[in-house]
Amino acid sequence: MSVPLLQAEGLNLRFGTTTALDDVGLNLHPGEVVAIVGESGSGKSTLLRVLSGQLAPADGSVLYRDADGRSHPVHAMSEAALRRLMRTEWGFVHQSARDGLRMGVSAGGNVGERLMAVGARNYGGIRAQAAEWLRRVEIDDARIDDLPRVFSGGMQQRLQIARVLVSRPRLVLMDEPTGGLDVSVQAKLLDLIRNLVADLGIAVLLVTHDIAAARLLAHRILVMRHGRVVEQGLTDRVLDDPQHPYTQLLVSSVLAA
Amino acid sequence: MTHDPGYNFAYLDEGTKRMVRRAVLKAVSVPGHQVPFGAREMPLPYGWGTGGIQVTASILGPQDTLKVIDQGADDTTNAVSIRRFFSRVAGVRTTTRTRDATVIQTRHRIPEMPLREGQVLVYQVPMPEPLFRLEPRLSETRRMHALADYGLMHVKLYEDIARHGHVSTAYNYPVMVANRYLMSPSPIPAFDNPKMDNMPALQLFGAGREKKIYAVPPYTRVRSLDFEDHPFRPHRADAACAFCGARDSYLDEVVCDDRGGRMFICSDTDHCETRQEAAR
Amino acid sequence: MAYVAVKGGEAAIAHAHGWMAECRRGNPAVPGIGVEQIEEQLGLAVDRVMAEGACHDRSLAALAIKQAQGDLIEAAFLLRAYRTTLPRFGHAAPLDTRSMAVRRRISAVFKDLPGGQLLGPTMDYTHRLLDFALAAEALAEPAPEAEAAADEPLRRVADILAADGLMPAECDAGEAPPDLTREPMAFPASRAARLQNLARGDEGFLLGLGYSTQRGYGNNHPFVGEIRQGEVAVCFTPPELGFEIELGSIVVTECDMVNQFQGSRTQPPQFTNGYGLVLGRGERKAMSMALVDRALKAGELGEDRVAPAQDEEFVLMHSDNIEATGFVEHLKLPHYVDFQSELEVIRRMRATAAAPAEDRA
Repeated sequence: MSVPLLQAEGLNLRFGTTTALDDVGLNLHPGEVVAIVGESGSGKSTLLRVLSGQLAPADGSVLYRDADGRSHPVHAMSEAALRRLMRTEWGFVHQSARDGLRMGVSAGGNVGERLMAVGARNYGGIRAQAAEWLRRVEIDDARIDDLPRVFSGGMQQRLQIARVLVSRPRLVLMDEPTGGLDVSVQAKLLDLIRNLVADLGIAVLLVTHDIAAARLLAHRILVMRHGRVVEQGLTDRVLDDPQHPYTQLLVSSVLAA
Repeated sequence: MTHDPGYNFAYLDEGTKRMVRRAVLKAVSVPGHQVPFGAREMPLPYGWGTGGIQVTASILGPQDTLKVIDQGADDTTNAVSIRRFFSRVAGVRTTTRTRDATVIQTRHRIPEMPLREGQVLVYQVPMPEPLFRLEPRLSETRRMHALADYGLMHVKLYEDIARHGHVSTAYNYPVMVANRYLMSPSPIPAFDNPKMDNMPALQLFGAGREKKIYAVPPYTRVRSLDFEDHPFRPHRADAACAFCGARDSYLDEVVCDDRGGRMFICSDTDHCETRQEAAR
Repeated sequence: MAYVAVKGGEAAIAHAHGWMAECRRGNPAVPGIGVEQIEEQLGLAVDRVMAEGACHDRSLAALAIKQAQGDLIEAAFLLRAYRTTLPRFGHAAPLDTRSMAVRRRISAVFKDLPGGQLLGPTMDYTHRLLDFALAAEALAEPAPEAEAAADEPLRRVADILAADGLMPAECDAGEAPPDLTREPMAFPASRAARLQNLARGDEGFLLGLGYSTQRGYGNNHPFVGEIRQGEVAVCFTPPELGFEIELGSIVVTECDMVNQFQGSRTQPPQFTNGYGLVLGRGERKAMSMALVDRALKAGELGEDRVAPAQDEEFVLMHSDNIEATGFVEHLKLPHYVDFQSELEVIRRMRATAAAPAEDRA
């Protein structure tokens, strides 16, 4: 087994009387897709924010191993280092494309921003890469100069993915990437994400309440409830043979629907 | 000439001048970085050069010779007003000759005549933050400067080229100073940007309302942002000055009648007059 | 030559100023207005100029109003510019409004309270009918019988609520407050810096922002806990003496707004306050300031910051009317160099648009 890319141990966090995280641990290996599932309020989004350094836990640690093999305690990193990581080795796909895109900047500019942020200074080169990435996420590259606000919800979400993947991050954090989209659009988007992630060998942490999305994308699943990981394991094992009553409930409610 | 005895030399009290000079020193030490300073209320309104005036007042000595220009000209109303202010409260010699001045306070232009060592060019700055149109929050832009996170500025240039075929910023064209800080050159035309690069004179920038001072020390690299395949190109009207015939100076367009007739004249009045005298 | 006309000149400026002086004086057959008359009869204008000019000097404020022809922002500007030149001896002790010689004190949250409601001088409850008798007035009106200032110090409503644990008591953080006349605003700003900024801020701006919080843009359910107006002593400890002396007294208006608050994850439900204090009798400004102060606490109280009045940087960077008026009015200055470069660019763009777009791909 390879060395984990992201290693979290003993994470605890309380908001007043509410327990947001209760002794949560997690390993993520290079190229691995892990889904964190649970209902809203289960602590899964809080976990994502803690893992990405946006929120500090009361206890516990999160280690990230960078491309050069150096380990960084995420919560001890300077803001500068964390930001640099966020625009190079990491990527964040938001539930709402509005949070992840610059709505007043063209599709090409949105995709090119990460390249320019790390020093790309050739207009033609940036534009060519942006066009290529639009094609990869199945957006007609003739729309490179259009503003995202004229795009459909599904296109906006694909554009957001292109914007994140253009710099070939090693780790992508996704927060309900298919939330708010039509079912048919969701399926297409999940398929696209699965192919891109496999092609590029990116590690993904996916937060979702959608068991079907987790089944399609994830190698492993963590089930969260009340801030605790109640069950984890390989996707097929967890979904086909759930051990914890809560997981059984989650799985059966999907099957019933 | 003597100064108005009702005020300290150059208006500001010595404590305030010291404070401004400390900010200037810090600015010179970190080229292009905006240093906050305790700007005072001045008898001229904010936006009319209070930052430049405070910097000038703080560096001016009795031996200095001051030139004040606005839009390149010595005889525009605001230039006249500021020059008068300093002759009244500092009693210093004033001049319109670029070569005779030790301190030049300017709004929106850099003189055509190359400046030399020992001269100080003081710019009046309305908005010191080069990123303010892209990100209005100072708390956020301060972070961007600290992290040299300037991708957003390049996105803006990218968008210009994608939309118009070239960068549409004509003045206040952003520059990188000493390969570190993104800086607003104040609203000078992009035509003047190349003059800032490796200038032998000291360049000081004062923004009164925004309470910031920044600087470009002599012989510092100042590069206008661009792309390798869309290099920065300064532009001027393709014409000759109607008075002195100059083809290399920045020109103002003057409408001379109501039938659409117009002519072009040097915006730098001293440059133009010097050339006219030489021709006579 | 057209050239000179375009660039303007010294003579033109001198003439313009002369003309303005003539406008200021108006018809010389009408007696000139005296600074003392302004000070005595346009007292609320004087108060506003002192507050926004951040300088307590009634006669200088009156002079500024005269010189500015009644333009109060211009007058505040004159006062500020003068204030810049004054030497600074040090900081006065914080005003103790608890021991104010109160001449007006009202509370909207308690029908009666220790010391009672003191209406004092107010325009509240007057009918806003133009009083033509005032236009014809030749002699001074008979002096109204003065309402005696309260003898005893009146307990503050905020203290009453705090004593019951219903509202957190304001406490001194023990930090030296910043001085906005010496240091620029920095963000996030401390409460002291915020209050200083608001106290100098434009009344109209704060009024509009305060009003917006009542209309749902950052609603905070305000009640006037207390407005008090009166004289407070200004005390100062000269370093060479080492003990406090009283320099005199000034009239100020203080407003405590009491606001609903649902409680948070870490705090039980309680009221929160917004605070306003201005020089003179600027009651509208004190109330607006208190509303905005409360709105600006949204962040530290864990409320969403979505409304303009809750946006610290937006509010504090745009509240100063001297800064605002200067920058807005600077648009009158010549901008022909910038405009010229815009002309060049727009012509180039139009030329590009007219030609086949080959260099765009």
